[in-house]
Amino acid sequence: MALLLSVFEQGLIYGVMALGVYITYKILDFPDLTVDGSFPMGAAIAAVMISGGAHPLLTLPASFGAGVLAGALTGVIHVTCKVRDLLSGIIMMTALYTVNLRITGKANVPLYNKNTVFENKAAESLFGGALAPFRTLILIAVIAFGAKYLLDWYLGTHSGYLLRAVGDNSTFVTSMGVDKGKVKIIGLAISNGLVALGGCLFAQQQRFFDISMGTGTVVIGLASVIIGTSLLKKLTLFHVTTSVMAGSILYKACVAFALRYMKALNLQSKDLKLVTSVLFLLILLMAQERRKKVKANA
Amino acid sequence: MLELRNMKKYYNPGTVNELCLFQDFNLTIPDHQFVSVVGSNGSGKTSLLNLICGSICTDAGQILVNGKDIAGKKEFERHRNIGRVFQDPAKGTCPSMTILENMSIADRKGSCYGLGRGKNKGKAGQYQELLRGLGLGLEDKLEVKAGSLSGGQRQALALLMATMAPIEFLILDEHTAALDPKTAEIVMELTGKIVEEKQVTTIMVTHNLRYAVEYGDRLLMMHQGAAVMDCAGEEKARLRVEDILQTFNEISIECGN
Repeated sequence: MALLLSVFEQGLIYGVMALGVYITYKILDFPDLTVDGSFPMGAAIAAVMISGGAHPLLTLPASFGAGVLAGALTGVIHVTCKVRDLLSGIIMMTALYTVNLRITGKANVPLYNKNTVFENKAAESLFGGALAPFRTLILIAVIAFGAKYLLDWYLGTHSGYLLRAVGDNSTFVTSMGVDKGKVKIIGLAISNGLVALGGCLFAQQQRFFDISMGTGTVVIGLASVIIGTSLLKKLTLFHVTTSVMAGSILYKACVAFALRYMKALNLQSKDLKLVTSVLFLLILLMAQERRKKVKANA
Repeated sequence: MLELRNMKKYYNPGTVNELCLFQDFNLTIPDHQFVSVVGSNGSGKTSLLNLICGSICTDAGQILVNGKDIAGKKEFERHRNIGRVFQDPAKGTCPSMTILENMSIADRKGSCYGLGRGKNKGKAGQYQELLRGLGLGLEDKLEVKAGSLSGGQRQALALLMATMAPIEFLILDEHTAALDPKTAEIVMELTGKIVEEKQVTTIMVTHNLRYAVEYGDRLLMMHQGAAVMDCAGEEKARLRVEDILQTFNEISIECGN
């Protein structure tokens, strides 16, 4: 039961992050590595604000805003300085490592006995009694689906249409008299805003911040997006953003399952990243994602 | 009115492969004129369009639109009053978006792409009416993705979308070259109809001499970065394919084509 609860909690949190990766990977066709830095940045901001006694709800917009800034910077590096997409992400990811250390001042910040979004008086009075064990999950679901609906809404606006168009056919966007660079920057900003929001929730659910918690975020995000868009594609009753969130939960379940049977395979918790990579490779093979493209280039 | 003054364009400057395409090229296109441009490969037809649209930069000279020089403006800025249809039908639409979404983007060209709803029920009927005019049965396919349409349907849609918003210039870059003869005919007829209706200044590059003769009120034959033939009005109206074919063969033989 506890395992299932944590799978859903973390799955939804990583789902928010995966929504961001969905924007860059699927919509913009931009392999953005900034997420490895912006995810822990959201966590770092949450940790510092909560330690400083700020209202936990304020951490959400603050993290989102910081992520927006980081994403926009990646976009500016790519668009204005004409640096390749992959490299601009790597530059920002590396820079953010230091930024995150500067934000918190140390590599570790525990958040025990502090008010978080999930553990505060208002939340406890709202979801007390029998609902108490599900309080965190309910609140995560509210925030995650709120983010999903906001993203769905945005993608349905004129500005959102342009975002979808720029990844699809950037020549078309130019011939509509619109600066495609600007549209890309907006997309990267929103994407990293969501990723940082995911990091912010993650730190509060785990009750700690660790400087290395961002490593591999992009792999988890990509895995979730690919499960969501390729493997769950047949479930047409799901909106694509819902599929991405479902993909994230499914991925977390796979990891939890793998971890559980690690002992039998003589694996330890330090092997987690290896499990993550192998799992990602398996997902890629199953989804046959981009196989044609790779074939064409090989 | 579009004027090109003393335009120069070099490819690979400073290398052994240096090629001077345009040397003091001049061209004036008055409002509402429909110019057909023909010429062999490498004669500078597409380069001419790219220079006007800003896809490539001029090395010297002016590009004047209604007296204002636009040579320094960026490609996307110039496109605010230019509609362009490419040779490749895939370039004119977004494949993973529906016809309705594609048209909604095209409809907003020139105005702000804000946070208003992209899908507008009132507009859908209007778009359907426009699609009906194409006569390709697209009016019942508003929710179909543009990527699943045939090349001809996509090109017709691209042409329609390029002219939805008010524009001053329509640039057609061999827009029937990738289509089968029958579809090319349909798209060409449509082009004539739209240009007539919108009274938009049009430059059409084509390899089809018959289209160049049949459509438009001015014909330009390019050769090595210069116009070797330029006739308009009465003279153009009397022109037959055989007349230009002869000139065309002469310049082609000269190049060894």
